[in-house]
Amino acid sequence: MSHVPHPRPCGDFRTSYSDDTSLFRTRFEGWSIYAGIAALLVAPLFLNDYYISQMLMIGIFAIAALGLNVLVGFTGQISLGHSAFFGFGAFASAWINNTTGLPVFICIPLAGILTTAVGMIFGIPAARLKGLYLAIATLASQFILQDFFARADWFSGGSSGSLAETVNFLGIELDTDQKYFYLVLFWVIVSFLAVSNLRRSRDGRALVAVRDHYLSAEIMGINLTRYRILSFGVSSFFAGLGGALYGHYLGYVSVEGFTILLSIQFLAMIIIGGLGSVTGSLLGTIFIMLLPQFMEEAASAMAVVFPAMEQGKAYIKEMSVGAVIILFLIFEPEGLIHRWRMIRASWKLYPFSH
Amino acid sequence: MVQSGELLLEAKGINLRFGGIRALTDVSFNVRKGEVFSIIGPNGAGKTSMLNCISGRYKPQEGEITYKGRSLIGRSINDRAAIGIGRTFQNLALFGHMSVLDNIMVGRHHLLKNNFLTGMFYWVGGARKEELEHRRAVEDIIDFLEIQHVRNEPAGTLSYGLRKRVELARAIAINPDLILLDEPMAGMNLEEKEDMARYILDLNEELGTTVVMIEHDMGVVMDISNRVMVLDFGKKIAAGLPEEVMADEHVRRAYLGEEDALLHDEEGEAAAL
Repeated sequence: MSHVPHPRPCGDFRTSYSDDTSLFRTRFEGWSIYAGIAALLVAPLFLNDYYISQMLMIGIFAIAALGLNVLVGFTGQISLGHSAFFGFGAFASAWINNTTGLPVFICIPLAGILTTAVGMIFGIPAARLKGLYLAIATLASQFILQDFFARADWFSGGSSGSLAETVNFLGIELDTDQKYFYLVLFWVIVSFLAVSNLRRSRDGRALVAVRDHYLSAEIMGINLTRYRILSFGVSSFFAGLGGALYGHYLGYVSVEGFTILLSIQFLAMIIIGGLGSVTGSLLGTIFIMLLPQFMEEAASAMAVVFPAMEQGKAYIKEMSVGAVIILFLIFEPEGLIHRWRMIRASWKLYPFSH
Repeated sequence: MVQSGELLLEAKGINLRFGGIRALTDVSFNVRKGEVFSIIGPNGAGKTSMLNCISGRYKPQEGEITYKGRSLIGRSINDRAAIGIGRTFQNLALFGHMSVLDNIMVGRHHLLKNNFLTGMFYWVGGARKEELEHRRAVEDIIDFLEIQHVRNEPAGTLSYGLRKRVELARAIAINPDLILLDEPMAGMNLEEKEDMARYILDLNEELGTTVVMIEHDMGVVMDISNRVMVLDFGKKIAAGLPEEVMADEHVRRAYLGEEDALLHDEEGEAAAL
């Protein structure tokens, strides 16, 4: 990824190493994030159900996309089976809840841990395979798991699917979107903090080192096999966590939802957001989730102007979603986060930016 | 100058073959603690292969390499950092998208204890404290090699000379007793070479690190090495003090491209020519 300068404003000095390793590069950045979180906390009081459910879905998918970004963006591996792990989390959480009766809000992270174990098993080929070969190996995991969901009646309810209870947190039934929103927000914040911290500590650096130059990473004492599999584990944890939240949100989990199409959508999210960027995962998810709706609106508006378009509206919508993604990749191959950094640099360095 | 001292590294009868190609034939040498030991020789002589045998990338078919009295053959590459062997590469091998600081911090990998879990919970569990302690050590290395001004730049955007220096910094961050430098001065201008020579001497004298170096620049080799070994076509043709080696007739032949009976004694080709 090309480098964009990000200078600190005058007077914002760093006088200790702990200041210099803080999560936010400037004070303004920190305050904006806090303000954003505060705004989200009060959002359910003001926004209607439609907006809340959209934000909920974005949150859930962003957690899973973040996981994929650890695998693809940090470690430089590829997975075409991410939606299978997402699905596994959804079934696992419902299964743990239905068989053990543990409260759902505990089942959700437990499902994440179970998915981690499964992800690490399917990650073992990564010890030997790279690039396209690994992509095919993970494609196999997608189909193996999908088949498992369809056949393992004891686990997933087979073709009839399984019921996922609503979350009951200390006596409060999270049965409306507004209430569930807070649970998702909590996990989004925890996940994004965790991955940001991972990036600035030992194992996160090791993952990036494995991506950038595995030969010298090995000389530095990094066990390649361990870190490649670990990366699958971490990635699957967030996939499973997101999947569990998704399952309990819908209340019903069925095998049809977790196809390769969704895996590719996850890849699109992180490529459009920015590979290896924590914030980029969120931006990419927002983009991919809202684009079809935006195009739907745009196509409807066009149909009003040109009545002849009325019939082909649905196709035009689908085609323009594809076209926007292609154009996006041509003009901004490094993702939304890079575009944002450029905007930030040009406004900070004005008039000397280029 | 170190004339005698305890042996740090000893290689005995190293034979390395790739199919029918004999990359190294019966090479033996030893490195004493605290010295600067250079390996020289024409292109393709097997210098980097020798270094790769020490750092574990290649496994010689025959021979024994002992380091601090323990055998190195069969140990995994990622053990090397923990037992105190660091190295740099001939072609730049930095983590291009990481900042210089992070690159050097990767060198501390085997010294850090925090893992992915404690790393994720950064503030609780001591990861933060540990990272900051090691940051201090890394800053000392940054001062030592005078790369403060590029600390936060991505390593891939630096000039060649600076990248070589960052690579050295990363190898120093391992806290090695033995450092293997593969052509530390290749592609540098005179000033950068002088700087690099100074850093290598400082590293050797102030930090007490033993240096094994491959270098083509004879001036540098003669000036800073305590002992030199010359390889040609995978065979050791001379070893000793720099002046002795330079005066050696076989070495002159190797560099001037003349036929040398020493290289062909087994096959008897020299007699035919």
